Amino acid sequence: MARVKVPRKSTAIDMTAMCDVAFLLLTFFILSAKPKVQDPVHADIPASTTIQPLPENDFSSLLVAQGKVFFSVEGAEVRMETLRGMADQYKIPFTPEEIKQFTTVDAVGVSITYLKAYLAMTPKERSTVAQPGVPVDTTDNNELYWWVKNARKADKLVHNKELKIAIKGDAKEEYPTIAKIIKTLQKQKVNKFGLITSLKTVQK
Amino acid sequence: MAELDTSGGGKKGGGKVRSKKASTRVDLTAMVDLAFLLITFFILTTTLQKPKAMDLTMPDKDDITKNQLPVPATRTMTVLLGKNNKVEWYIGLPTNPITPPTVTGFGKNGIRQALFDKGKEILAASGKAMIVLIKPSDKSTYYDMVTLMDELNIVNNQQRAIVEITPMEVDLLKRDNIY
Repeated sequence: MARVKVPRKSTAIDMTAMCDVAFLLLTFFILSAKPKVQDPVHADIPASTTIQPLPENDFSSLLVAQGKVFFSVEGAEVRMETLRGMADQYKIPFTPEEIKQFTTVDAVGVSITYLKAYLAMTPKERSTVAQPGVPVDTTDNNELYWWVKNARKADKLVHNKELKIAIKGDAKEEYPTIAKIIKTLQKQKVNKFGLITSLKTVQK
Repeated sequence: MAELDTSGGGKKGGGKVRSKKASTRVDLTAMVDLAFLLITFFILTTTLQKPKAMDLTMPDKDDITKNQLPVPATRTMTVLLGKNNKVEWYIGLPTNPITPPTVTGFGKNGIRQALFDKGKEILAASGKAMIVLIKPSDKSTYYDMVTLMDELNIVNNQQRAIVEITPMEVDLLKRDNIY
């Protein structure tokens, strides 16, 4: 009895299409990627139904968590200009290298007097140091006030636009801290600002 | 790697020696592996959902004494923010409220219901929109403030302001155990 021979087929699969798809997706993700900015402290932002997106330029954010405030502003040029303004304000001379270093700092959370030492650290060292937050108080020595003021000036100078300010607060943050920041902003006639929230849907 | 030799034997001996035709196929498995690895990396590192920004406009401090319109107590609702995400609201003046202070929470059966109902009532009675005063106490959190602003957005309230709380209202919160 002759056995019917089943012809052996190749087990190789044509990978070309899969490869195409994979690279297409890869290209999409690379192009749309904007690296996650690591916040110095974790802030659990509250949710709201607002659908207005955050501006990407001419924008400064104040991160508020654990009673501390961290200041950051978008754009390398604006950042450098802001630091120059702060240097004049507090009479602390920063070298051009330090000003350049400053563009790599995501958020300022130290007093201006320690900023020089902070900038001298390597990025790795910086991530291990716990930042105490920008000093905010009601006196004239309110550093946050000057940071915001100088950032606004810098943005006006570089882009000739009004800087938008947003507060990124932790949901558990107590109101007095927020009130202090709002007061600081109102002191320089910034009466309109944003509150950064994540999206949620309305429960009907 | 993934390809099996299925050409089977082949003739033995005799004939001309032919150079074997090499397959033009390239094994793409490794390349696909790499591509997916990179995709995974980029998916994990990108922020897909961009945060949103809620606009908040505060009344100008200097104008408080000048340009102020008198606000009728009958169409003013005051919302006090207490601890544990609780709110207390009343209409009118704290000394002589038109609607007695009520403690409630957030969500659709909480403050939103009150805002919606009272807003409608006031609009029907006076023909003007309700004014909401938000008074966060020291025990309230940022979450309370944002959530209340959001509730006001949901019920489409345009006239609102964040105002500092008075000691009398703090006492009210204390009385109701939410301070």
